[in-house]
Amino acid sequence: MTPVTPRRAVWAFALALPTALASIAAAAERTTPSIFDPVSTPAFAIRELSYRVFGITGFIFVVVAGLAVYTLIRFRSRAGDERGEPPQIYGSTQIEIAWTVVPLIIVVVLFLVTARYIYGIERRAMPAGALEVTVVGHQWWWEVRYPGLGIVTANEIHVPVSDPAGATPTFLTLESVDVVHSFWVPQLAGKMDVVPNKTNRMWIDPRTLGTYVGQCAEYCGTQHAWMLLLVVVHPRDEFERWVAAQRTPARDEVAARAGYQLFHSLACINCHTVRGTPANGVFGPDLTHLMSRRTIGAGAASNTPEALRAWVDDPAAIKPGALMPTMKLSSDELNHLTAYLLTLR
Amino acid sequence: MSAHAATHAGAVGHAWRGRAGMIGLIIAEGSLFAVFVVAYLYYTGKSLHGPFPKDVLHIPLVGTICLFASSATVAFGARALARGDIRRSGGWLMVTAVLGAIFLAGTAREWHQLIYRDGLTIGTNLFGSTFYPLVGLHASHVIVGLVMLGLCCVFAATGALRVAHAERVEMVSWYWHFVDGVWVVVLTVVYLIGR
Amino acid sequence: MSVHAPPLVTAEAMTRHTWLEHAHEWVVTVDHKRLGIMYIVSGLVFFVIAGLEASLMRLQLAWPGLHIVPPETFNRLFTMHGTSMVFLVGIPIVFGFGNYLVPLMIGARDLAFPRLNAFGFWIFLFAGLLLHFSFIGGEGLYGSGSAPAVGWFAYAPLTSRAFTPGNATDYWNLAIFLAGVGTIGTAINIVATTLTMRGPGMTLGRMPIFVWTMLTVSAMTLFILPPLSAAQIMLILDRFLGAHFFDTQAGGSAVMWQHFFWFFGHPEVYVLMVPGFGFVSEIIPVFSRKVIFGYATLVAATVSIGGVALGTWAHHMFAVGMGSTLNTFFAMSTMLIAVPTGMKIFNWLATMYGGRIRFQTPMLFCCAFLFQFLCAGLTGIMLSVAPFDWQLTDSYFVVAHFHFVLIGGLFFAAFGAIYYWFPKATGRMLSERLGRWHCWLFVIGFNLTFLTMHVQGLLGMPRRIYTYPADRGWEMWNLVTTLGVPLQIAATLVFVVNILVSLRRGKPAGADPWDAWTLEWATTSPPPSYNFETLPVVTSRRPLWDLKHPDDPDGPHE
Repeated sequence: MTPVTPRRAVWAFALALPTALASIAAAAERTTPSIFDPVSTPAFAIRELSYRVFGITGFIFVVVAGLAVYTLIRFRSRAGDERGEPPQIYGSTQIEIAWTVVPLIIVVVLFLVTARYIYGIERRAMPAGALEVTVVGHQWWWEVRYPGLGIVTANEIHVPVSDPAGATPTFLTLESVDVVHSFWVPQLAGKMDVVPNKTNRMWIDPRTLGTYVGQCAEYCGTQHAWMLLLVVVHPRDEFERWVAAQRTPARDEVAARAGYQLFHSLACINCHTVRGTPANGVFGPDLTHLMSRRTIGAGAASNTPEALRAWVDDPAAIKPGALMPTMKLSSDELNHLTAYLLTLR
Repeated sequence: MSAHAATHAGAVGHAWRGRAGMIGLIIAEGSLFAVFVVAYLYYTGKSLHGPFPKDVLHIPLVGTICLFASSATVAFGARALARGDIRRSGGWLMVTAVLGAIFLAGTAREWHQLIYRDGLTIGTNLFGSTFYPLVGLHASHVIVGLVMLGLCCVFAATGALRVAHAERVEMVSWYWHFVDGVWVVVLTVVYLIGR
Repeated sequence: MSVHAPPLVTAEAMTRHTWLEHAHEWVVTVDHKRLGIMYIVSGLVFFVIAGLEASLMRLQLAWPGLHIVPPETFNRLFTMHGTSMVFLVGIPIVFGFGNYLVPLMIGARDLAFPRLNAFGFWIFLFAGLLLHFSFIGGEGLYGSGSAPAVGWFAYAPLTSRAFTPGNATDYWNLAIFLAGVGTIGTAINIVATTLTMRGPGMTLGRMPIFVWTMLTVSAMTLFILPPLSAAQIMLILDRFLGAHFFDTQAGGSAVMWQHFFWFFGHPEVYVLMVPGFGFVSEIIPVFSRKVIFGYATLVAATVSIGGVALGTWAHHMFAVGMGSTLNTFFAMSTMLIAVPTGMKIFNWLATMYGGRIRFQTPMLFCCAFLFQFLCAGLTGIMLSVAPFDWQLTDSYFVVAHFHFVLIGGLFFAAFGAIYYWFPKATGRMLSERLGRWHCWLFVIGFNLTFLTMHVQGLLGMPRRIYTYPADRGWEMWNLVTTLGVPLQIAATLVFVVNILVSLRRGKPAGADPWDAWTLEWATTSPPPSYNFETLPVVTSRRPLWDLKHPDDPDGPHE
């Protein structure tokens, strides 16, 4: 068997890699959270850094793999030379010094570049116009608070777009009530862990309107897979309107009175808050403007009337292990309750 | 052409096998203790509520003196055996074991007071959580040492202990010195720095 | 005296053994060779089990929304897969080879403490059985018993009673604790043996590179395994006696578990990988017909990897919020360790350069190793760049990276080692033909799975998720990743068949089938229980080269 195939394998890889990278960038629609499709300053910085790193490591790969392929082919044993052994070379001080020093230099350069980016991203001071958001990790959903604006919501973070002229980034404070989670929206920034008994800070600076997806990136229990994140970037005026709408307390609709009664007589109010009513539980998500959100169960299902009804009926059927109990309601009760929830726009 | 165990460059004798093994064990155990010490130091001052160290801890002077003295006695015992004086060796090892037992009794008394008088258990606060495991880990190593010393005493008394065993008793003494060394660290960290 | 003299015939060898007596011999043995074989065989059995666990996971992830296993079962699968592969496959195989080869390579009769050696093996086996018993034992509360589902690094406070009721986590904790005790014992044994029991003329500077790697990783083990044991003791105290080591509600620190775990965990992966370098450093010279290039720098690199590895652990924690100073320090130490690690590739290339390379199965695996380990090291350098790691830690990019290190690196080297030393241990050659099938099937399957896997990570897919949304653009990559699995399964089957068939009908090997140069080839295949009837005089790093080439011995060149 000839040793041609190692070379073939290397060529195949060399061709596949740029193809992969190109398709990663190209095929990345807005719902593909590719790190090569950034829209926010920290993510731009990391992509820029990654190009340099790929450049250096790619160069090393080509050189070393090339040497290996050459050596394997050139010095394979041929049928004729079974007599005697080749010259034994025990070492060479100059060569060994050279191949220690050169990598060391590369490492030093890489380190200096890295240090610059670390400090540049982590030590960014918060400018005056920045929005402050507190994100609290729960098993298995995200509590989102806007302390300066008096808003509490869940699983979706709405922020104003930050234009290069007067940058208005969003600074996030990350906390956890239970276990370690991790906040990761690749197109906006690198991830930051959400650790109980520890407060972490990070910032995003989205320059493009749109909706960006992410999810929890630290294994946190059964439903770690369905702890999704949505960050919606609005134009400034649209954001102000969203804020105003979120600040209003829940409307009282006569049509949903029956459901309202159920909500308050069952244990719902022990876990959930609906501002403007006596319900002020904090174990579960704030439901004041539930219908303004696109998903329920932190992405486990779309926020449609059918899904909502199914969720209230039996959360575990949609998200096994979810901490919301099933209340074993009758069909009528479910209808009333769902009708009430649908009024929480 | 054939191999003679001791007559080649770089040879180390049979005894060094045991010494290398004991040094390896000491390194591993030292690493184990180091982590409990780090946890203790990290949590110093971080308990959410009392009892706090300065309220309830008193330097165990008697036990400490006994333990340090026992390092000397165990060295005497090992040396006596190497000289061939089995009875004296047995005697010194017995004294070592007694001193170690006094140390343990002191620890037991201290813990009794902490639990029943001061209300400090392992679950009370971070101080309790880190104090009992660290001191307890040390005490458990003292117990293991006492078992080994006890066996040596028994063998000395029954005449089973011989000069040929001197190296092994030396290894027991090295273990005992290690346990003492750990106590120096625990004493400093818990009763001096941590208070 | 010829190195190929037949072993002394003993009265014992003359009696015919029933299989029960045979089994009894193996159960009570303290012979390092038998224990080594038992370690390796056990490791391979756990490899198959853990591989099946991974195959099940890949089946579920091949397409979004599949429900092949329930979510909690999936979580148990990745926990058991990772835990088994590190503690029940990697460590036993590494220390199994160390067990078998170290005394033979340094001209010793056995390890320093044979009974401690046996104890180490049996406690490891018990630990492995205990961990797997969790699949069927322990109901726990709310039906949440059974196998652990906390991930192989078991972060706190997920492992506390509050968040993981039942005994599943305790199975993980106790089993790994016991396995650790056994490993520490074996490490003490190997250090003591290497330092005090070398044969005549075998100075430290003449030991084979593999022995240096075993000495280094055994010394590392003494420093790094007890911190894991300590953390596990703390976890037991938290879970059973109400202590608050990792109880964040009482002021405890979740990050402290991570520091303790990774202080063990990072050097541990070097403990796994460095003996792989040792295998390759023995095989490549023999199949290139050249002495290893730069023995002294290889040894220095090995030892310095062992040292620096102790200071790199928090690169697993770049995203935890340690602050810029610590992030920068650990980025630096991680980049630093790339230098002695990468250098070795140059040593191996320089050894092959100017040689006459024979591409038999052990060498085929080493060639694959070279390219795959190069990739692994380079993705490691990428990950050492902390901001890049902020995007890619806890994603499938990291999963791809460490599988390249451990399978592409360690496992391929270990397969090569098995093909290389199987003849010594059994007296029979493994089939070359089946070996080639094994190698190629595995190379293609492995790269199909794990090369592709880097892409999912770059596209934002986190790890440890039992399924994923359909609109993230991850499906095709996951499908391709899964397609590599049947090839790897086929390769493993070929390997198992090769072993079973060759044990019975393999070509007789003789003492030195590869025309090699280190001491283990100076005795019969398999060696007698006392290893050497007579030891050759050792005056260089390649005693058998000196015997075969009396006109041009190594000594003056070293």
